[in-house]
Amino acid sequence: MPTDANRQFLDFEKPIKDLIDEIASMKHRQEKTKLDLSDTIQKLEQGILDKRKEITENLSSWQRVQLSRHPDRPYTLKYIDKMAENFVELYGDRNVKDDKAMVGGFASLGGETVMIIGQQKGINTKMRQMRNFGMANPEGYRKALRLMRLAEKFNKPVITLIDTPGAYPGLEAEERGQGEAIARNIYEMIRLKVPVICVIIGEGASGGALGIGVGDKVFMMENTWYTVISPESCSSILWRSWDKKEVAAEQLRLTADKMLGFGLIDGIIPEPVGGAHWDYDGAAQILKNYLIPVIKQLKEATPEERVNTRIEKFGKMGFWEEV
Amino acid sequence: MAKQIEDFDANLAGEEGKTEETKSSWFKRIKKGINTKTSEKKETPEGLWVKCPDCSFICTVSELRESLFVCPKCTFHHRINSSEYYELLFDNNEFTELFENIRSKDYLEFTDLKPYKKRLEETWSKTDLKDSMRVAVGKVNGNDLVIACMDFEFIGGSLGSVMGEKFSRAVDYCILNKMPYMVISKSGGARMMESAFSLMQLAKTSGKLSQLSDAKLPYISLLTDPTFGGISASFGMLGDLNIAEPDALIGFAGPRVIKETIKKDLPPGFQRSEFILEHGFLDFIVPRKELKDKLAKVLLLLRN
Repeated sequence: MPTDANRQFLDFEKPIKDLIDEIASMKHRQEKTKLDLSDTIQKLEQGILDKRKEITENLSSWQRVQLSRHPDRPYTLKYIDKMAENFVELYGDRNVKDDKAMVGGFASLGGETVMIIGQQKGINTKMRQMRNFGMANPEGYRKALRLMRLAEKFNKPVITLIDTPGAYPGLEAEERGQGEAIARNIYEMIRLKVPVICVIIGEGASGGALGIGVGDKVFMMENTWYTVISPESCSSILWRSWDKKEVAAEQLRLTADKMLGFGLIDGIIPEPVGGAHWDYDGAAQILKNYLIPVIKQLKEATPEERVNTRIEKFGKMGFWEEV
Repeated sequence: MAKQIEDFDANLAGEEGKTEETKSSWFKRIKKGINTKTSEKKETPEGLWVKCPDCSFICTVSELRESLFVCPKCTFHHRINSSEYYELLFDNNEFTELFENIRSKDYLEFTDLKPYKKRLEETWSKTDLKDSMRVAVGKVNGNDLVIACMDFEFIGGSLGSVMGEKFSRAVDYCILNKMPYMVISKSGGARMMESAFSLMQLAKTSGKLSQLSDAKLPYISLLTDPTFGGISASFGMLGDLNIAEPDALIGFAGPRVIKETIKKDLPPGFQRSEFILEHGFLDFIVPRKELKDKLAKVLLLLRN
């Protein structure tokens, strides 16, 4: 969790930064002059909370995308660390290598063993490179599948945390069958015998997200996006220009409320006021409280029922007319 | 050879960063650009002669049709539509089209440079197609087969809700009638104008394939030029047999995107069928002329 001094701010978060700066200077003055300014400081602190609320209430789709990519946002390992105990990270796809953009392992969540898998982004420049900006290669998807199979064998529920700008479009990725790896995951996940819950915790870009995104329940956190292509790429292809990303974001209807309205996801998980980057513990606690009853409920069904419901659920998605 | 022609064209158009002065060409362009108005553009009548994009061999359309749209000189496989594939594969061109009344709807009112609704209407009036996939049932050398085939001319063969639904119903039809299933892919990927709905078709179709698999019915995926994105990340790569036409471009990310990402030139033959086979993702490559017989042979082997 960054300290206030180390926080990074998006354009539309600037008013919050101003308040934080003001508090800092008040505190400084208080120390210097020995005057009691605590009332003013307290008011300003309340002002920050109000501002955080106000800002996230009126975001455009593009701003929501920006928030999902906030550099201070918690990533998969942070959520695991904050909401689960006894995490044992497992590595490798048993075939080519270990993909650092995809992490996973067993952990206990509320006293019960689960398999948690997710894309991982880096927290600084060096780590971002190591994590390949959360863009997995085929071995990442195959590692995820290996872990899901392991969970299935020991009858443990699977939780996936999705945060990726897309599957990596590289030369080796193509050689090792990026398409096949994602296709295989989608195919196997839809028939996995154990409960599967997927949560978009940041960016949900296309096949790269769906490659670990087929579950009994799919949730999106409040400040995330999920659709078939990133707004930037969509702008470049359909508008033939990189400048239409805001319009593309709007047109793609990629926010959580839109996705829920379409029936493509099962629920929205709220975030701490102003976004998950303001309060890691709070964000992880809300997520945990959401997951536990859902796992319990999913366990009541038989594996066959779960698989059939899953196939039916995705089978209903789409719009067409018969003429 | 084709590359040389491209470079030559680029030279003529004054590209390659050279200015008119420094360029030592044998004639000079006095006026820049194309000055003919679109309304005055003269179209050469279509349907008489065809030039092979690969070797520039020129032949008549009827000659090309006779050779199954494979260049008689260099065996380049021209892109063809569902009607040509059906004619090529089904005995005596006899088949029944299924689910032909399903068509796209602009549920999201998506607008890019033009509204999706208008794009659909234009494509409907320009082609005889209702969407980018047709499904038909018929016999291939006497073997029953359901073939779902994409049409690239319908918004790039893109995968949207209609393709997902037709695909699903085709699987149901196969299970009900105990028939094998074949999909001929030719697509740029998911249809962006249907946003997340198009993405979910990947899961929808995979779920149906799982049911087909449980029914122990064969699923053959034929990949043709080009097959990308959402298709290769779902049913395109999930065949019991994945097969391809020669020299087809097949991949997840498009070559341009990869080139921009890795900032290096791509090796020759990258993402071609032969490359995909060498890396272990295809069962075999089959020239169009041998497709029907080979397919029938496989169907027979699986049945007996």
